[in-house]
Amino acid sequence: MTPSDGAEMIRARGLAKTYRGRKGAVEAVRGVDLDVRRGEIVGFLGPNGAGKTTTLQMLTTLLEPTSGQATVAGHDLRRDPAAVRRAIGYVAQGGSAGSDARVGEELIFQAQFYGMGAADARRRAEELLQRLDLSGLGGRDVKTLSGGQKRRLDIALGLMHSPELIFLDEPTTGLDPQSRSNMWGHIADLRRTAGTTVFITTHYLDEADALCDRILVIDGGRIIAEGTPDELKRGVSGDLVTITVLSDPDAALVLARRLPGATEPVCEPDGDAYTVTFRVPEGERIIIGLLRDLDAAGVPLSGVSVRRPTLDDVFLTLTGRTLREEAA
Amino acid sequence: MTDTTMQTGTPGAMPAARPRPKARRAANPLRDTLLVFRRAIGISVRNPVWLVMGAAQPLLYIFLFGPLLTKFAGMPGFPPGNAWQVFVPAILVLLGLFGGAFAGFGLISEWRDGVIDRMRVTPMSRFALLFGRVLRDVAVLVVQAVLLVLAGVLMGLRAPVAGVIVGIIIVAVMGVTMSAAGYAVALKVKSEDALAPLVNGIMVPLMLLAGVMLPITKGLAPDWLYYLSRVNPVVYVVEGTRAAFQGQFASGHFWIGIAVAAALAAVGVTVASRTFTRMSR
Repeated sequence: MTPSDGAEMIRARGLAKTYRGRKGAVEAVRGVDLDVRRGEIVGFLGPNGAGKTTTLQMLTTLLEPTSGQATVAGHDLRRDPAAVRRAIGYVAQGGSAGSDARVGEELIFQAQFYGMGAADARRRAEELLQRLDLSGLGGRDVKTLSGGQKRRLDIALGLMHSPELIFLDEPTTGLDPQSRSNMWGHIADLRRTAGTTVFITTHYLDEADALCDRILVIDGGRIIAEGTPDELKRGVSGDLVTITVLSDPDAALVLARRLPGATEPVCEPDGDAYTVTFRVPEGERIIIGLLRDLDAAGVPLSGVSVRRPTLDDVFLTLTGRTLREEAA
Repeated sequence: MTDTTMQTGTPGAMPAARPRPKARRAANPLRDTLLVFRRAIGISVRNPVWLVMGAAQPLLYIFLFGPLLTKFAGMPGFPPGNAWQVFVPAILVLLGLFGGAFAGFGLISEWRDGVIDRMRVTPMSRFALLFGRVLRDVAVLVVQAVLLVLAGVLMGLRAPVAGVIVGIIIVAVMGVTMSAAGYAVALKVKSEDALAPLVNGIMVPLMLLAGVMLPITKGLAPDWLYYLSRVNPVVYVVEGTRAAFQGQFASGHFWIGIAVAAALAAVGVTVASRTFTRMSR
C-alpha cells in the first residue's frame, strides 16, 4: 500500500525515541511500525509506561523521533511537520484548556489558530458545544467545569478545525462510568458523522473492545500484537469455564482434565463450596457433556459459567501480566 | 512486525468524508502573535491578581523605602537629581526583572493545563507562541509601571513627562528580555519548585548589583563592589532609565542604557524562541 492511494492515514516504520538523561539512556519506544487506514478507529493499548504517549507525541509532531519515519495524513512527519499539524487534531492525556480561560473563547481562539475566520469559528464552537453536550457552558470559566465536561471540552478543542485524523490520549481516564460510556458515544460519532479517523490510546480493555476496529498492543516500547478485538481474543486458548460444586471438587477436576484441549485447571475453595476453573475451546458446546458426566458421578453442582476471553486475557497471555495491576 | 500487519477489521460502511474547509494558510507570524497575545491578555485582564501581586512589592519599596533616600539627594556620590528621580526608575527596572519570573510561573501552569502542547500541535508559528505571550507580559508591565510612577508622584517624584515615557519604554524593552528568559527557563525546568530558587538565586544578586535600592557609585561603594556591578548589564539599564527620568537624552548613560536593553532583548528572544522551537522543530 502506498501513501498516495489516499487510504493510508498513518504509516510509521521503525519509530523510536530514546531519552538521554543523567541515569543513562531510556528507550521509551523501540521501533514501532504501524498502519492506520482512513476511517478506522484504532486502539493503542498498553499499560502505563508502555510508550503509548511517547508514540503519540511523535506522531503529532510534539517530539522528534530518535529514529524511524512516518507519514501522517499524507505528509512526512520530519519534512513537513506544519502540514501534519494542519491535518490532525490532538487531545492530550492531561487536558488542554486553560483553567482561567472561558470555554467559548478557548474554542474560538483554537479555530483561529488554524486560520479560521472569527465568524466561522463562532459557528463551529456553537456546533461543537451542542454536539458534545456542552450547550450553554460557553460563558463559563474552564475551571468551573466538571471532569466529564472538561474532557468533552478537550475533545471539542481537538475537533474545531475538523481534522481528518484525531489522536485521543486516554480520553476517559478519570471519568465516572456514565461519563465514560457517554464519551464512547461521542467518539463513535466522529467517524459516523464526519468520517474522521480516530487513533485512541487507552489502558481500559472494555474501551478498546467497545470502540475499536483494530487494536495495537504495545508493551515495553514495542508493538507485541495487532488485530481486531476478536482476532486477538481467538489467540487466547479457549473460553474460561467456571463450575461451582458443593463437594467432591477432585472428581470435577479429573473430569475437566479429560476434556479435549482443556488447560489451566484450577480448584479453589469458595465459602462452603469449591470452584473449578479451566480454559477450553468452544466452552459452551463442551460444557453440556461435562454437566451430564458430573451429574452421573453424583457431584453436587451449584453453578456454572462460561466466559469468552476478554482483552484482559489477551494481555495476560501476551505479557504474563494483567493490564489492571499495571494500570492501578 | 511489518510483515504481520493485518489489514482486517476495516469499518463496515464508511461514510463519504465531508468536504473540509480549505481555509488553511501558511504560518503567518504576525497574525499568530496577535492571536496568542489576545488570548493571553484576555485571561490576564479577567484575573488581575497577578497584575496586582507583581506590582505590590515594588509599591511597598516606593512607600516604605523611598522616603529614606530623600536625605541622600545632593550628597557626594549620590547621583544627581531629586531622590525620587533616582529611586523610581530603579524600581521600574526591578519590576521588569521580577515580571520575568512571574511569566515563568504562569507558563508552567499553562504547560500543566496542556495549553502549551495544544498550541504546539497547531500550525501556528513557533515564534508567535512565545512572542504573543511576551507581548502580554510587556503590556502588563507597562500598566504596572504607570501605577508605580503615579505612586512616585504621590510621594514627591517630579520628572519631565517625556523622560518618564521614554523610561517606561526602556523598562518595557527590559521586560521583553526577562519574560522571554523566564519562558525559556520555565520550559526547561517545568516545575515551580525548581523555578523558585532559581529566580531568587539569579534575580536577587542582579537586583542588588544593579544598585536598585542604593546606587552603586564610586563615591558610595568600595571599589570591588563598584567594579563587580559594572559586569552586571542591568546596571546600565538602571542608569539609562535614571537619565531618561532627568530628561538627559543626550547623555551617554541614556544611550548606553537603551543599547544594553535592546541587546539583552534580542539575545533573550532569540534564545527563548530557540527553546520553543527545539521542543518540536
